[in-house]
Amino acid sequence: MSAATTAPVESASRLATVRPRRDVTLWSRFRKHRLAVVGLFVLLVMILIAIAAPLLAPYDPNSVSLSDYRKPPSAEHWLGTDSQGRDVLSRLMYAARVSLSVGIGAVAIYVVIGTILGGVAGYFGGWIDNVIMRLADMVLSFPSIIVIITLVSILGPSILNVILVIGLLGWPPIARLVRGEFLTLRERDFVVASRSIGAPSGRIIARHIFPNATTPVIVNATFGMASAILLEAGLSFLGLGVQPPTASWGNILNAAQSITILEEMPWLWLPPGAAIVVAVLAINTLGDGLRDALDPRSRR
Amino acid sequence: MAQFLLRRLLISIPVLLGITVAMYVIINLAPGDPVTALMNPEQMANLGPEWVEQQRESLGLNDPAPIRYLKWLRETATGNLGYSFVDRLPVTEKIGERIWPTLQLMLVVLVIAVVVGVPLGIVSALKQYSFFDYLLTVLGFLTVSIPSFFLGLVMIYVFSLKLDWLPANGMYTVGQPRTFTDSLSYLILPATVLGLAQAAPIIRYTRASMLETIRQDYVTVARSKGLSETRIVTGHSLRNALIPIITIIALNVPSLLGGTVIIEQVFGWPGMGSLAIASVLGRDYNVLMGINLVIAIMILLSNLLADTIYALADPRIKYA
Repeated sequence: MSAATTAPVESASRLATVRPRRDVTLWSRFRKHRLAVVGLFVLLVMILIAIAAPLLAPYDPNSVSLSDYRKPPSAEHWLGTDSQGRDVLSRLMYAARVSLSVGIGAVAIYVVIGTILGGVAGYFGGWIDNVIMRLADMVLSFPSIIVIITLVSILGPSILNVILVIGLLGWPPIARLVRGEFLTLRERDFVVASRSIGAPSGRIIARHIFPNATTPVIVNATFGMASAILLEAGLSFLGLGVQPPTASWGNILNAAQSITILEEMPWLWLPPGAAIVVAVLAINTLGDGLRDALDPRSRR
Repeated sequence: MAQFLLRRLLISIPVLLGITVAMYVIINLAPGDPVTALMNPEQMANLGPEWVEQQRESLGLNDPAPIRYLKWLRETATGNLGYSFVDRLPVTEKIGERIWPTLQLMLVVLVIAVVVGVPLGIVSALKQYSFFDYLLTVLGFLTVSIPSFFLGLVMIYVFSLKLDWLPANGMYTVGQPRTFTDSLSYLILPATVLGLAQAAPIIRYTRASMLETIRQDYVTVARSKGLSETRIVTGHSLRNALIPIITIIALNVPSLLGGTVIIEQVFGWPGMGSLAIASVLGRDYNVLMGINLVIAIMILLSNLLADTIYALADPRIKYA
């Protein structure tokens, strides 16, 4: 008798601790992926540098000084100066702001679009689902760089347009994920139960379906940030992305299309290239760690 | 089989039309005017607005967008893709001379990716969780994290400028008779850069696919019959593992095409990618539209090819 009365109390207290415990195990699982922890740390440092660029940068990133034309690294200019005598290190720090915000902004846009379209497709099904999914196939089957350079050339190259264009084209994988979650969860017992007690659709979606879809979306969005940064770098490198004098890692590299700079002034192109690689690598390892921590089933 | 191919082709047509409509809508949203974009302000001031209007009329730019699209479509069906706004050359001619370099580059890249990717994927699967497997995972991470143009620049720096082993720019030595070795020397760097990037997904999928097949019952049966490990791997496991890899290669054609755009620019390769960038910068809509069409057709054909090979390779798939 006493056992019967204590059991519910115990399970209730267990229920109460579910939330923190899950977070604890999440972190402890994530921590096991050492590379991912390093990635997270590196990314945080880069974000800090980007935010604190005005405080940390030794010079004004746009101040032109023709007497300091293409100086190699020295005590005053740690990473040398560029063709207009601007301090490369300061430009790199400011460029981190641009490149990281393109990554975050573009992904934020397509996560919203993808979640809405995927949710609509998964919830309504039928021809709406068909139209949205065929549209997704079409966007996915076309090389995005071609569509992006076409759109950017029309809208004009700028930070905002690069964010918009990458954001407008990135939604299909998210839409597929969310739609998939809708389809599988729609028939699950807890959703059926909630529907049978008369919960409205909006509440079911918000309380039961979205929370379950967040895991794959977060992982996908993390990897997406890395590819958005790569895309922005490529576009800016081609001269179709962020426009000078605003510095982005890609448009600093644009100078390396000149053979003289490539051959004789590696300080002008190696550091921005390295910055891209480090940032993208950090985000990708972070994504890998998150995937392992959030979904232990997908462990390789 | 013929029926299967025909049906697949028919399904591709609406997709193709959809892509061209989408591209046409996008291009027509452009605020830029190809007539004024082409002329220097001085000339425009001298010849006056009537001349600009006349130019615009003669280029057919005054019709409403849907009519222009239909006109374009009718011409396309008869093989006329219009003329470049920039140099007045037929678009088909401009693309025609650029398509072979791109196809050549893509083919070599695919060969490199498969020759590198499939064996590494197999070894990685057979030695799952070994140091080698781990190393490949790390290398795979690196290749997806390095922008191809940056890797290209590093390769030019090392192999062209410092070591002077390979040329950095172009497709063949100008002013010399074209020889195979000469062309090859120009191809090595761009093809290697793209090939490495393309090998990464092939390694991953070969590994996953092999891991799946080596756990199948028929492999256990083969092993219990006392077949040698090499025969099991090549004859039983690999044969079945390769089927999904065909799909992965076809699905990667868009990313391969996208990759050529930037790499062609870095290595001065005279292909469709560098033409696309030139026409974007010059607002040469007809050329851009033509390139998009050619790319759409190439992608649909590669999907069709993959479906066909898939159906031929796997007797479980009925193509009725």
